[in-house]
Amino acid sequence: MQPGTLSSFLKRGAIWAFIAAELVFFTVAGEFLSVSEKTFMDIDNMLLLFKQSAPIGIIAMGMTIIMVNGNIDLSVGAIYAISAIVLLDSLTWPVFAGLGDGVIPVAWGLALLSGVALGALNGLIVWKTGVDAFIVTLGSMLGYRGLVFMYNGEQPTSHLNWTLVDFAEAQWLGLHTSTWFLLGVTAAIWFLMNRTVHGRNAYAIGNNRSAAVNAGIRVGPHMMINFMIIGFLAALSAVVFYSESGSVNPNDGELYELWVITAVVLGGTKLTGGAGSIVSTFGGVLAIQLLRKGLTHIGADTETVNLVIGLILIAVLFLDRQLNVKGKEELKV
Amino acid sequence: MTAPTKEQVGGFLARQGIIVAFVLFMIGFSMANARFIDPDNIMGVIRSSAILGVMALGVTFVVISGNLDLSVGSMMSFSTIVVLDLHDKIGPTLAIPAMFALTLGLGAFIGFLVGYLKLNSLIVTLGMLSAIHGLTLTWSGGKNMDIADKEGTWFKVFGQGDALGIPVPILLFVLLAALLGIALAKTPFGRKVYAVGGNATAATFSGIRRARVVFICYLISAFCVATAGLIQASRSLGSQNTVGQGLELEVLAAVILGGASLLGGSGTIFKTVIGVLILGFIQNGLLLVGLQFYVQFVVTWVIIILAVWLDIAAKRGKLWSPIA
Repeated sequence: MQPGTLSSFLKRGAIWAFIAAELVFFTVAGEFLSVSEKTFMDIDNMLLLFKQSAPIGIIAMGMTIIMVNGNIDLSVGAIYAISAIVLLDSLTWPVFAGLGDGVIPVAWGLALLSGVALGALNGLIVWKTGVDAFIVTLGSMLGYRGLVFMYNGEQPTSHLNWTLVDFAEAQWLGLHTSTWFLLGVTAAIWFLMNRTVHGRNAYAIGNNRSAAVNAGIRVGPHMMINFMIIGFLAALSAVVFYSESGSVNPNDGELYELWVITAVVLGGTKLTGGAGSIVSTFGGVLAIQLLRKGLTHIGADTETVNLVIGLILIAVLFLDRQLNVKGKEELKV
Repeated sequence: MTAPTKEQVGGFLARQGIIVAFVLFMIGFSMANARFIDPDNIMGVIRSSAILGVMALGVTFVVISGNLDLSVGSMMSFSTIVVLDLHDKIGPTLAIPAMFALTLGLGAFIGFLVGYLKLNSLIVTLGMLSAIHGLTLTWSGGKNMDIADKEGTWFKVFGQGDALGIPVPILLFVLLAALLGIALAKTPFGRKVYAVGGNATAATFSGIRRARVVFICYLISAFCVATAGLIQASRSLGSQNTVGQGLELEVLAAVILGGASLLGGSGTIFKTVIGVLILGFIQNGLLLVGLQFYVQFVVTWVIIILAVWLDIAAKRGKLWSPIA
């Protein structure tokens, strides 16, 4: 066996093994504990699982790029809320009144554009000032949330457009619209990270920044593009979700950054940058959603979910380090 | 006397810039609204900043040692709920030490994970943020916690009482700030905290036990959180489960504003106090000139970025970053 193969195999397979274990556990435990008649592995239940994973999952794909690149973005929850408000509010602007349902693509475009712009602002500040991304996005998390409140006070912004709701609730080949968006984003970001120069450079920058600079990679523009991508994805997540729900509170999206980071870290992406895989992040997103659903299924209180997810996150971190230590020992032999 | 050189001005601003900004800011708001410098108003601001301030003192230790603590907000909710619940069950005299013991236990757990197991503090405390929130909800069953006899209990002294004409929350804040300030600046332990945060490898080779120093820093942080929870519980005598939600980031903002580097090794208790006061006075000042409370979020954003940017710009001697 090649040195290191075992541990890298364990690490790559870990998240899927974890998902399988969850499925088995909740199915078996559900037989004894569940209050509902339905089995956990019910096909409708699983389809719903994908749909519910979409809001966090779409943003998690962007967070993976950001973290592979060696940065972090804490402002995604606030960007999510701003884009949702822009979407729902612009649907009612008198300027677009003559467009009929043609207003929908315009509103989507505006919402996505605001996400990209806010992401670009983060990226520009990180690039030009050299302040750590953690601090910059910690600040903009507060600042963007302030903008959300300034836009419409403490009132919820609501507008239901039935064409839009029909679109968001539609199912195609059995999967919901938001599931298709999640799958589409996952495929696109996978392609970006594995088949393009930009993706390879993102790994290079995260792995060893000064080496990347010496190799002639322009670090700044790369970081900025990645922040624009995550801004776009946070907006896309909002656009998909609020097309259906039609009402946004100024507090919506709070703590999303924590859920997203948890999913990405569960998927094995390193905070220090340079390592991470889109497919594993997808696994991390599913694992979290399964856990939330499964615990509710076996009748655990919703509060237990927070406890379990927190402890699992720490356990994963611990196991990951143990495996890394093992990997190094294998290399020595 | 010779005119100061550009480097001297830059260096002075880098070291004391936040204090200069604070003074300018106070003068500006005082001119905009005379009520701003009213002693009652100033006392009110400090009083309402006390909870955030007490937590920021502990986080300063953690940050200087080169780590992060994102769990303080949900830990504060935990101690508030626990002390309120135990107040009616075992009486305040026992409830307070019991709550401190439980909170310190959580701090010890985090300290063990980050210090002895050397796990990444951002992820550990992120996980603990979620886990402690779950613990709080399990403890309370998701319900709000209230003290039955709100009038008769002496427990309210920590949040509402006065001693020597000064509100007790302020006294606790000042007392803790003084104690921890001395511990950080004047004791061997304080020097070890800087050493571990500045260069962990060098500290280890000098015979400093990094794990133990980090462990104690998290204990200090938990102690401060417990004190903040005590003030919060005593002030309101009833609480939701999410009372501390989001405070971790405000606390961190105050500590960073005070000039502590997230990389560790720099920062002082005094400057953290200034950072806390700046946040408190901004909020108050903006309200007094008639703006909505959420405008402070945007202002805080701009101030944090400017403060950190000018700080590192002065250190590298260039305004713009060298990133290509």
